Amino acid sequence: MLMFVVRRLSTALPALVGIYTLVFVLLHIVPGDPAMLMISEGSASREHLESLRREIGLDRPLPEQYVGYLSGLLRGDLGRSIRHNRPVSSLIAEFFPYTLQLTLAGLGLAVLLGLVLGTIAAVHQNRWLDSFSMLVALAGVSIPSFWLGLMLIFLFSLTLRWLPVTEEAGWQRLVMPALALGLYSAAVITRLTRSSLLEVLRQDYITTARAKGLATLAVTLRHALRNALIPVVTIIGVEVGHLLSGAVVIETVFARPGMGRLIIDSIRFKDFPALQSTILVVACCYVLTNLVVDVSYGYLDPRIRTGENV
Amino acid sequence: MRAVPIVLAGDVAARSASPRVDLLRRLWSSRGVTFGAPLLVALALMAVLAPYIVSYPPTRPFPAEALQAPDAGHWMGTDEIGRDIFSRIVAGAGVSLQVGIMASSISLFFGVVLGLLAGYRSGWVGAVIMRLVDVMLAMPGLLLALAIVASLGPSLVNVMMGVGIASVPRFTRVMRGCVLTAKENVYVEAARVIGCGGTRIAVRHILPNVFAPALVLATLNVGSAILTAAALSFLGMGAQPPTPEWGLMLAKGRDYLRTAWWISTFPGLAIMLTVLAVNMLGDGLRDALDPRLRL
Repeated sequence: MLMFVVRRLSTALPALVGIYTLVFVLLHIVPGDPAMLMISEGSASREHLESLRREIGLDRPLPEQYVGYLSGLLRGDLGRSIRHNRPVSSLIAEFFPYTLQLTLAGLGLAVLLGLVLGTIAAVHQNRWLDSFSMLVALAGVSIPSFWLGLMLIFLFSLTLRWLPVTEEAGWQRLVMPALALGLYSAAVITRLTRSSLLEVLRQDYITTARAKGLATLAVTLRHALRNALIPVVTIIGVEVGHLLSGAVVIETVFARPGMGRLIIDSIRFKDFPALQSTILVVACCYVLTNLVVDVSYGYLDPRIRTGENV
Repeated sequence: MRAVPIVLAGDVAARSASPRVDLLRRLWSSRGVTFGAPLLVALALMAVLAPYIVSYPPTRPFPAEALQAPDAGHWMGTDEIGRDIFSRIVAGAGVSLQVGIMASSISLFFGVVLGLLAGYRSGWVGAVIMRLVDVMLAMPGLLLALAIVASLGPSLVNVMMGVGIASVPRFTRVMRGCVLTAKENVYVEAARVIGCGGTRIAVRHILPNVFAPALVLATLNVGSAILTAAALSFLGMGAQPPTPEWGLMLAKGRDYLRTAWWISTFPGLAIMLTVLAVNMLGDGLRDALDPRLRL
């Protein structure tokens, strides 16, 4: 098991370096000069431009910037935000908990909803409960999350006045954003749980368990679902990526602080150092989540640990 | 809902003589196709015939008629500067369909080319492509698209590119898998034995095998491309005013949710309906053409 973790860790490292390079290339090389972008068009004086370039280090050659920024990152220096005039690391420390909270709430909701609906659909295959669950799943992948968020606000906050929109009100404040964010992932998990469970329910050992007289519910939950969950765990890793980046949109809809708002504001105010580091941090979270998922996958399914062929 | 047509399809396949007739029959029996396709055709017609359907110019403001609730004259109401919502939604159908299809075509083109290269040339070319794919897959799609759009600048064309490029790694990976399987076919070996060149084998003998999964993936991808593009426009990174783009319209309506719910509600319904139609068609195509791609 330890070897497996080490092996998996060694593949995450190149991914992190790759992402760093990708973001660096995207934001540095593509359309010329970020300093130009940062100063609103037309109002740029030459001295202003030069001082700004020096400040962020854009006057140095690209390879030097690449290494310099990377060594800064390794020392925990994420640069300095131009708009807020403070270290990006302190901005992220302030905003990240909000996004983490939202992502976890969305994930919890998606997993719960997805597992329940998927299991119901598989157990009642081709009956109306199945059709209903699949309809919910189809709607879930088709409804734009930002629209769902606005409609939830309109219905539950403005019309029925059940839930607050902006006031600091604990968990109630999280219900609507989590639902708007999590529905898509819930739909994906529903579909996967259903097909994976259907596959398992056809196996011989399920027939055996039934034959020895176990109740259907016990067979489904104890014998089938446990094995059906393995592919579901993998997709959860992917869905965390969906949720993390979906938070960008949902935070805007609900005017919540967070990493997404930080990214959007950084783009809008051309705050280049903040943008670069924030995107990197979110992407790293995704890589780390998948690392955790892969390791737990190996824990759940011993075949993966020991060899390549499953 | 979906398992039964598959079993039926197997029965039909055993009996039917022509694979094409069989395929059409399978498509026809799929609920997704019979619902999704007509809906999509209707939306496409709406997009093409937009100038003849709308009764108000979709981009010209009429301040005197601002924020009117839905009634007989404006049956989806008017927005904050008096533009007819229905006219803007009809005009926006073309925008969304175009963005979705263009973005998906970009992913499809590069995905097929890179997938063929990576699968057929398993040497260093393949290795380099697959490492690049791994890196891009290690970043959430929307975030990658957002980073691309942020670097290119906000516009609808850049959104198409960003959303399209962000899906290339997924396409490449699936295509490579298909190529690796197709490469093992005996007729590929036969072609090599009679002296066909690498390019000829790749294009004439392997590419046709990749066609069905590519089509299914591209169709399913149109739906998520439309959603992502609308989200980017909602964030102000895509279409710019006064373009009648659904995501952008929704964003404008956000400030008027309390007083004029119709500004945001109808564009959202339009997005949902379009994506629903595409997804149903994609699901149906997948079940008929390539059940292996099922999630």
